[in-house]
Amino acid sequence: MTVLGLSRVQFAMTTIFHFFYVPMTIGLALAVAIMETIYVVKKDEVYKKMAKFWSKVFLLSFAVGVVTGIIQEFQFGMNWSNYSRFMGDIFGAPLAIEALLAFFLESTFIGVWMFTWDRFKPAVHVTFMWLTFLGSSCSAIWILAANSFMQHPVGFEINQATGHVRLTDFWAVLANPQLWIEFPHVFFAAVCTGAFVLMGCAAWSLLRMHVKSKKDVAAVEADSSQAAKVDLFTKSLRIGAILGLIGSICVITYGDLQGKYIVHDQPMKLAATEAIYKDTGDPAAWTFVGLINEKDHTVKGIEVPGAMSKLAYGTNSGAVKGMETVNKELHEKYDAKFGKDMNYYVPVTVLFWVFRFMVGIGFGFALVSILVLWFTRKKKNTLWTSRWKLWVMGILTFSPFVATTSGWLVTELGRYPWIVYGYQTIADAVSPTSTVPGLLFTCIVYFLLFLVLGAVMIFYTRRTLHQGPDYDESGDAYGSISVKTPASVSERKVALA
Amino acid sequence: MTILQGLWFFVIGLLFAGFLLLEGFDFGVGMATRVVAKDGDERALYMRAIGPHWDGNEVWLITAGGAMFAAFPLWYASLFSGYYILLFLVLVALILRGVSFEFAGHAVTDRERGVWQMANFIGSLCAPLFLGMMLTSMIQGVTMDKEGNAWIGFFGVVNWLSVVGGIAVVFFCFVHGLHFLSLKLGRDDSRRMLNVTEKAYWIAYPALVVFVILSMVFTDFYSKRPLSTWLITVLILAFTIGGHVAAFKKRGGWAFTCSGLTLMSIIAFIFNGIFPRVMVAKDDSMSMLIKDASASPYTMKIMTVVLCCLLPIVLAYIVWSYYIQRKRLVPDDASKQEKVEVVRKAAAVR
Ligand code: HDD
Ligand code: HEM
Ligand code: HEM
Repeated sequence: MTVLGLSRVQFAMTTIFHFFYVPMTIGLALAVAIMETIYVVKKDEVYKKMAKFWSKVFLLSFAVGVVTGIIQEFQFGMNWSNYSRFMGDIFGAPLAIEALLAFFLESTFIGVWMFTWDRFKPAVHVTFMWLTFLGSSCSAIWILAANSFMQHPVGFEINQATGHVRLTDFWAVLANPQLWIEFPHVFFAAVCTGAFVLMGCAAWSLLRMHVKSKKDVAAVEADSSQAAKVDLFTKSLRIGAILGLIGSICVITYGDLQGKYIVHDQPMKLAATEAIYKDTGDPAAWTFVGLINEKDHTVKGIEVPGAMSKLAYGTNSGAVKGMETVNKELHEKYDAKFGKDMNYYVPVTVLFWVFRFMVGIGFGFALVSILVLWFTRKKKNTLWTSRWKLWVMGILTFSPFVATTSGWLVTELGRYPWIVYGYQTIADAVSPTSTVPGLLFTCIVYFLLFLVLGAVMIFYTRRTLHQGPDYDESGDAYGSISVKTPASVSERKVALA
Repeated sequence: MTILQGLWFFVIGLLFAGFLLLEGFDFGVGMATRVVAKDGDERALYMRAIGPHWDGNEVWLITAGGAMFAAFPLWYASLFSGYYILLFLVLVALILRGVSFEFAGHAVTDRERGVWQMANFIGSLCAPLFLGMMLTSMIQGVTMDKEGNAWIGFFGVVNWLSVVGGIAVVFFCFVHGLHFLSLKLGRDDSRRMLNVTEKAYWIAYPALVVFVILSMVFTDFYSKRPLSTWLITVLILAFTIGGHVAAFKKRGGWAFTCSGLTLMSIIAFIFNGIFPRVMVAKDDSMSMLIKDASASPYTMKIMTVVLCCLLPIVLAYIVWSYYIQRKRLVPDDASKQEKVEVVRKAAAVR
């Protein structure tokens, strides 16, 4: 246990936990905004009820997302002070702009949205949710601009006097090619996350209606309130499936672009995700799954001839550099500055497998979305009576979180040993003032806190689903207390007197 | 020091002041849920009063931190790493109270709701206490090395001035919170709040005297910048008296204004005192100066443009969001009874 090791564990833990909630917040905000918009257009009350119901899940996610976000902002100074000194000129600006442009927007309008259902016309009220969604999405752009700089530094020079980076071209930082494939990929990953959480929760709710036989089906169809529930959840499923389909197609497209980008930009990362130790032949074969021996640099697996060239270059030919070659090149390039002892190998087995989880889930999303649309079609809606399909959907609720975490592991672990690619190593970035006991203490407390927050969040989500859309229609947040606001100004005067 | 560096030092002070002005009353309301409220429903009512605003208010702290990172990265790095454990405790407190609003709304029994209300209280008490301690510990001078790292031991963080300073911030947040509630709740509640602050204010005077004496001993503010420091000291006193008189006369609006200005003057006191330094070192020649801690002129210029474009818009919609929700909240007893039934039924089902 070293300061470096514990700082890394802490960073990974807190960002991964934050990023469970981030995509869920963005995705569900979009879903709720769409539902309320349909209500405004069609004036069909079921969509209002739907928006209110799902907003409860959304707000839970939002709350946990907010509180874990504050940790993110503080920990750059707390745990990575040398990084903050080195990167401050670049990193601080996006972070401050993010707060000014995005956080104020989302936090203010979510507050307005929650408490003004009966105060504004529906068409006005829905704009507050769209503004919240806009705020969340903007926040992603700015923070990812900072992250993209670390992956692919642009628009800066090294200040000779201090050794820190100095911004020379702000637009270059914003126009970073890395950013404009990373942001869409993350954004559509968030759309997928929202969609599959929505579909999964709807499926759990339908499962709870205990429709097990033909008789049950008839009973539900005869009972108008039960039938209305089925209708609401089916419509939710369809909205989720459409979002999931669009999201997954885009996420796959941009993921493919990212792969083609990092072949050139961070060849070590690509070679590691595909477990390529030695340079490939031309055209390059692609290992679908395999057993990796990190010591001997050997891989035994199922190979698809030629597929790697297609994945890396989009053509039928072209060899891909192996890690051994890349390692040699990196040593040649950086030894003068960082010394001969640097280890440029990244954790290959981890990257190989998490990448496969992510990609597998991505294609799974597209397939499942299509199937859901098919099984819930108007003429023959059979999904709600098929318990095993609902079970599958329910379990899929958790899959987006596996995919997004895997994605970040590829991106961030694959950058090893750099924190700012080619300019600062992770080891140089930690706070000199950090101590092992201090970090150990904070890691343990964070861990326990996250355990509790996660458990409560899941528990309350489950309870919300059990209570169903008919529970507590008054819908004033922070429930259990109703408030009446005296209408007239004269009454206010009385109150003051 | 360039103009931009001076400007951003001021802006960061302003953001911290805005944070205390706004989130200050949230903290105070949170404290009031234990100190003033009589039962769970009253606690829920108080939390409802800040429900739409607390997150937006917290963003002032996030913006202050972000602006510090952008304009003075070296300050951000030294301060945040130096006060590691204290800031960690602030984070835990903010997490506890941040989730409590949402979680309390999902509770179905009084007991369960009570747990989250308690979390809100603890968070609202501890966050200003620890932040106040950090601010008043920082001004006494800490051990700094050539790289700009601050080495702050236990007694650097916990000492006479910082404890008194932390309690003072807690106290003024509490009073400020009650004044906010006096503007947000019905007539009876409003009176009750002002009655409480009217009495509470008497503690402020001896506390202020102690604070001034300790500051004279442990900081160089009164010797280095006597004029402005005394001026701000007088202002703090004046706003305190003003708040007291307004509470006595049951003028909630004035009382709220005065308690807000008191909190802002505390920040003014600190930022005025440390100027032109950002980190005060024990050995003053090691102190970190504004001119050395800042980002490059180019970054500062961009940030200034961004700030000038965005801040007016942000302020406009924040004011609007308070304006449209300005109405007083009165518990609706009839529907409360109904609610109690619903809750009871829900509890019975489980
Ligand atoms: C791709 C998107 C994304 C990423 C990579 C991050 N965040 Fe985040 N963050 C959001 C997207 C987001 C959000 C969707 O906008 C959140 C989640 C829930 C919420 O309310 O806003 C949020 C909340 C949030 C908050 C609280 C805002 C509030 O009170 O309203 C802060 C301070 C941060 N984040 C800071 C960070 C930092 C310093 C990160 C770098 C490690 C980070 N976030 C990664
Ligand atoms: C929210 C989504 C993110 C997740 C889930 C995530 C996850 C991770 C993980 C798993 C690591 C590797 C930890 C290790 O090496 O042991 C890491 C490293 C790192 N990431 Fe991220 N990251 C995210 C976003 C960001 C962003 C937006 C930034 C900066 C703008 C960032 C900055 C860093 C830094 C500074 C490190 C180096 C510390 C280290 O390697 O441990 N990350 N991140
Ligand atoms: C076939 C589908 C996919 C492909 C080909 C793909 C490809 C990639 C690649 C190559 C990276 C690393 C980029 C880098 O290091 O610069 C990445 C990162 C990431 N992926 Fe995927 N991905 C796919 C599906 C998904 C899915 C379904 C999700 C989540 C729902 C997801 C979420 C992420 C995230 C959050 C990151 C980290 C941020 C980033 O660098 O963009 N991906 N993906």
